Amino acid sequence: MTTAEVSAPTTEKPKRDKPMGTETRVAWTFIAPGAALLLLFIVAPFVLAIWFSLTNQRLISPLPTRFVGFENYLGELADPLFWKSLWNNFRFAAFVVPAQTAFALLLAVFVNQRIAGRVIFRTIYFTPITVVMAAAATIWVLLFNVNGLVNGFFELITFGNFAPDWLNDPTWAMWAIIVVSIWQGVGFQMVILLAALQDVPGELYEAASIDGAGAWKQFTNITVPGIRNALIFVFTVTTILAMRLFDQPTLMPRSPGGPLDSTRTTMVHMVDLGFGRQAIGRGSAIAVIFFVIVLILTLIQRRFLKEESAQ
Amino acid sequence: MTADSDVRVSAKKSVGANPLWRWVLYSVMIVLAAFFLFPLVYMVASSLIPDDQVLAKSQSFEAFVPTPFVGLENFSDAIERANLPRVFANSVIISGLIVSLGLVVNSLFGYALARLRFPGRKLLVGVVVALIIIPFEALAVPLLFMGAQVGWLDTYQIQILPFIASPLFIFLFYTFFLSIPRSLEEAAMIDGASPVEIFTRVVAPLAKPAYATVAILGFLFSWGQFLWPSIVTRGVDVRPLPVGIGVFATTPPVSWGDIMAYTVLMTLPLLVIFLIFQRQFVQGVASSGVKG
Repeated sequence: MTTAEVSAPTTEKPKRDKPMGTETRVAWTFIAPGAALLLLFIVAPFVLAIWFSLTNQRLISPLPTRFVGFENYLGELADPLFWKSLWNNFRFAAFVVPAQTAFALLLAVFVNQRIAGRVIFRTIYFTPITVVMAAAATIWVLLFNVNGLVNGFFELITFGNFAPDWLNDPTWAMWAIIVVSIWQGVGFQMVILLAALQDVPGELYEAASIDGAGAWKQFTNITVPGIRNALIFVFTVTTILAMRLFDQPTLMPRSPGGPLDSTRTTMVHMVDLGFGRQAIGRGSAIAVIFFVIVLILTLIQRRFLKEESAQ
Repeated sequence: MTADSDVRVSAKKSVGANPLWRWVLYSVMIVLAAFFLFPLVYMVASSLIPDDQVLAKSQSFEAFVPTPFVGLENFSDAIERANLPRVFANSVIISGLIVSLGLVVNSLFGYALARLRFPGRKLLVGVVVALIIIPFEALAVPLLFMGAQVGWLDTYQIQILPFIASPLFIFLFYTFFLSIPRSLEEAAMIDGASPVEIFTRVVAPLAKPAYATVAILGFLFSWGQFLWPSIVTRGVDVRPLPVGIGVFATTPPVSWGDIMAYTVLMTLPLLVIFLIFQRQFVQGVASSGVKG
């Protein structure tokens, strides 16, 4: 595979021998700054992450670094906190990914209707994207305060029977984070799905309504298959973002990942070990595990997309 | 083409034509709009009332009415406590350099991959695509180590340099340059223009939409960064806005008015830019999905 790719440009060499030399030089001049930065800030740290994960490297330590094999990985796999963190990512994703994708699709269908003011609604639904997460988290900390507006709302509809102390209650803290994440992020997915909706050929709907298909039938038989790729994209990107959850559980509870580690995610766990406790080796092992999970998710996505284009 | 859009119009009209359905749709859409907007209204209202009033009146609809009104008192407190001019300038410097240098570096890279012929080109495209998969979080720990080794903690460069070159943006430029017709470049080449001149005078002006998309996405990502600056900065000197909010995390009573003023100030620049370039934002985000 590699030989075929490399040989493709070289077959054209004889045809345009003289400009080739300068063109190659120009190409590498154009590429050089980016390539240097990618090597230094992506490739090198990535290789280092794998190496550190096999050593007892610490940020600052008088002791020499020692190769420890898979000790860090075994240590993580035996650590209940690691599993708790992974579980928290999982339960966050299990709700947010389907809910946010469905919500985004609903919003996209709404603002795709031919009605007055659709651009205004689209703008409003998209606005929270521009609110940086640190600000969004802060606003919602106040809203989720035990005496805050969210509880004011629930008091109204449950007559005071439901008023948890959201961010200090291990049962409810993750739900507060879920709400903020969807509020802030769903506009992004909406816009991607909206673009896909507008690419579905109109004739298909016309033909379907001649055949007597109702709105729901048209939605399931034309709309959903028509935006399949965008849905897969949104689904996997949201899953990967769910794996990366860090800002909200760091900023919202009284202590990062709290209360009682109920919002401790893999990233919170990694930063706690790699930075907080300066155990670079252990943190790197989590980074590598995290990368493998993201890689698997990406490969699953590509697999689904390939199947589509093969049909 | 015309037939196609006519069909679309009729397909949608048949849905919107029913007045009952139209009213239901509007009501639901307005409720949803309220869900997205109320935290922002609440933020602004809370930033204009005394600190101790924010929580006191937060459980009723009064929370949306800024009384008792204290004017911009919280804002001046927040600006002073958080050393806002400094923190704001830090954010502008960091995001500004990431985005502007990134536009140059990534577009040159993408152009070379799309248009110039050199050995190893296809392999390099493959490498760029593979690098897109690596999430920054997986690199944070070793990057912190590298930064500490060269004494870069608490500097601007450690917050800027790792984010200039982006495999995703290189790929976005690459696919954009592939999509524009070659003829103009060939004409310029016949006129004796050098590759650099062709790029700066012919190709780059044509690629304005791609530059706009990458600038918007880059700005959106870098302005809100929290994880990395919270790891590599300690003092207020080089801290960006999102991390700067930490100065308010003190012992109770928490000055909620000041905090809300700070979040208003942190949110406002991006919000204003968004409202001005609303169309470009939406198109930029939409095109980030198409390539996935």
